Amino acid sequence: MHATSDRFKSNARERLDDAGLQANLRRFGGGFAERRREAVGRVDDFEALRDRAAAIRTEVLENLDHWLLAFEAAAQARGTRVHWAETGADANRIVLEIARAAGVQRVVKSKSMVSEESGLNEVLESAGLTVTETDLGEYILQLAGEPPSHIIAPAIHKSRDEVSALFAEHHHTPPTRDIPVLCEQAREQLRPRFLAADMGISGGNFLIAETGSVAIVTNEGNGRMVTTLPRVHVAITGIEKVLPSLDDLAAVLRVLPRSATGQDITNYVSVLTGTRDPGASDGPQENHVVLVDNGRARLLGSALHEALRCIRCGACMNHCPVYQNIGGHAYGWVYPGPIGAILTPAYLGLENALDLPQASTLCAACEVVCPVRIPLPELMRVLREESFSRGLRPWHERLSIRLWRWLALPPRLYGVASGVAVRMLRALAGRDGLLHRLPGLDGWTEGRDMPAPQGRTFREQWRQRARRPS
Amino acid sequence: MNVGLFVTCLVDALRPRIGFATVELLEAAGCVVEVPASQTCCGQPGFNSGDRASGTELAMAFLRDFEHFDAVVAPSGSCISMIRDYPGLFAGQPEVAGRLAALAARSHELSDFLLNHAPQRLPAGKLQLRVCYHDSCSGLRTLGVKQQPRELIGAVQGVELSEMREAEVCCGFGGAFSVKLGVIATRMADNKCVNAAATGADAVVGGDLGCLVNIEGRLRRRGDHQTRVLHFAELLAEGLDSGHHD
Repeated sequence: MHATSDRFKSNARERLDDAGLQANLRRFGGGFAERRREAVGRVDDFEALRDRAAAIRTEVLENLDHWLLAFEAAAQARGTRVHWAETGADANRIVLEIARAAGVQRVVKSKSMVSEESGLNEVLESAGLTVTETDLGEYILQLAGEPPSHIIAPAIHKSRDEVSALFAEHHHTPPTRDIPVLCEQAREQLRPRFLAADMGISGGNFLIAETGSVAIVTNEGNGRMVTTLPRVHVAITGIEKVLPSLDDLAAVLRVLPRSATGQDITNYVSVLTGTRDPGASDGPQENHVVLVDNGRARLLGSALHEALRCIRCGACMNHCPVYQNIGGHAYGWVYPGPIGAILTPAYLGLENALDLPQASTLCAACEVVCPVRIPLPELMRVLREESFSRGLRPWHERLSIRLWRWLALPPRLYGVASGVAVRMLRALAGRDGLLHRLPGLDGWTEGRDMPAPQGRTFREQWRQRARRPS
Repeated sequence: MNVGLFVTCLVDALRPRIGFATVELLEAAGCVVEVPASQTCCGQPGFNSGDRASGTELAMAFLRDFEHFDAVVAPSGSCISMIRDYPGLFAGQPEVAGRLAALAARSHELSDFLLNHAPQRLPAGKLQLRVCYHDSCSGLRTLGVKQQPRELIGAVQGVELSEMREAEVCCGFGGAFSVKLGVIATRMADNKCVNAAATGADAVVGGDLGCLVNIEGRLRRRGDHQTRVLHFAELLAEGLDSGHHD
């Protein structure tokens, strides 16, 4: 996927000025957050479930090589072919080779964020294959020619009217605002494509080492059709997604849907193992799993290691006030919100996503809901430290931090400097006690006034009060 | 109880009245208050911008200035959260980390201190004011400060608290964030202003001056010069003063 994460600031400004997008963001607003709260309230001890899920993910990552090889062996024993892709380009090449070898023309896809990382659709299409996204949100975005703006609700930024117009244009039907009718239209478009497809491509929420299975959670049922109807199935997923056993899957599934959509469980939980049995009527004749690294192995054991625990629920973005105000596209790559502010610089290089770790007030609303307890604000700070120490931030920012530290350490100097600063600000303020413009701080004063200091500093006043006999 | 006041750099520079209000409240709660003259800042401006040394060097300064007190109090959840993070910055130096941990454990956010750690309860104050309360992030999510300020405010006779929508959602301050990504910060502050205005309150009250300056700055730019923006310490001190006059 073409990244614009290096232009976060202007991306964000554009989205803040987009009245249509703002209305759409507001319409759904805290919907997921509200549903999560309710779902969490329906279980006895959600915190214990989070602990368990975090522990499982932590243990897997400690021995990731072992569990991946165990997965590979178990999958191969069931007739699944396992492929290793170091980069997104490698993953695309592997999928294309599989398609060519099997004489594939038509591809149906269910949701896969890893395929967004690699830009798989473009590669397949330019090789002459037809690719249809079958997740309703992804289908809408394919028609619109847009990337997802959310990892579990890809078209959350689109309004009903926008979908209506898109469908009318592409389906040659009269526009309708009736959601069941719109869904019916999509179903009518997709059904024949499922039946005609030679290859189904899915993501994989989890890989089960014990059984060599790929586990997928969905709500629309398209995932089942993609993975069982076409004669070839390819699951493409990240190497970090492995879980040791089906018991572990059960434990992690107790937190995933609740954290994501506020469901106790998703409509479909598919555990896909091996190829079609002899004599069986469904299931793929060829089953492939493409394990994609694309920067993940580099994070193992690094200061950002804990980000690999992520199970892609989207709770961090659903609770992030920054994401909620600018939407996912502003982040400029596959993963938006707090987890994206870590993964995007980690995978694309910090210099290509310099403002993302800064795009947080460190309010920790993400951290307190993360089902696998990723310390998201702390990881953003790690990236900020790297930005600072590698000298990647703008010179005036680095200079002002150094200057500030130099002043803040020696108490006397600080006292004098703050005293002077306070007097200057007082002098600059209007009669209303407000600063409407501040040289060097236009980031603040563009949209807000700055209440002027009340008078001399507290410490100055306190010192004088202490001298006076009470 | 000998209490060291960590006044915070923002209160020191922008609104000293909050510092004096804090002293008044602490004394009314039976504390002997001292203000170490050599204190400066908790270090967050640099630390959260990626300059780790800001954190470690100011942690050592904090230790120097405050280790001899029975308790340390700051009118800020944000600074106290930073102080609670200090020990973790000295992983390779167990002696310093241990001393900082002990000091951090007796360093408290003002409302939490007044309610749960002070020698005496505050005398009841009196003030006619309709308020809404903004929960600051660090206090709320790191320190668990939620009911404490509400309980203190609720005890002031005449104060009526109406909760605003999204009281727990960040106002957009976030230190340097409010300047670096000012357009986003402004929108977040704007949402806060809208939610506060919907309550019809005379004052938006909170426990961290950073948030209050951000909210007030946006309110004024929106043309609202009526709604007061107060630290709860100012409100409580005002209540005590009016109470005394009866």
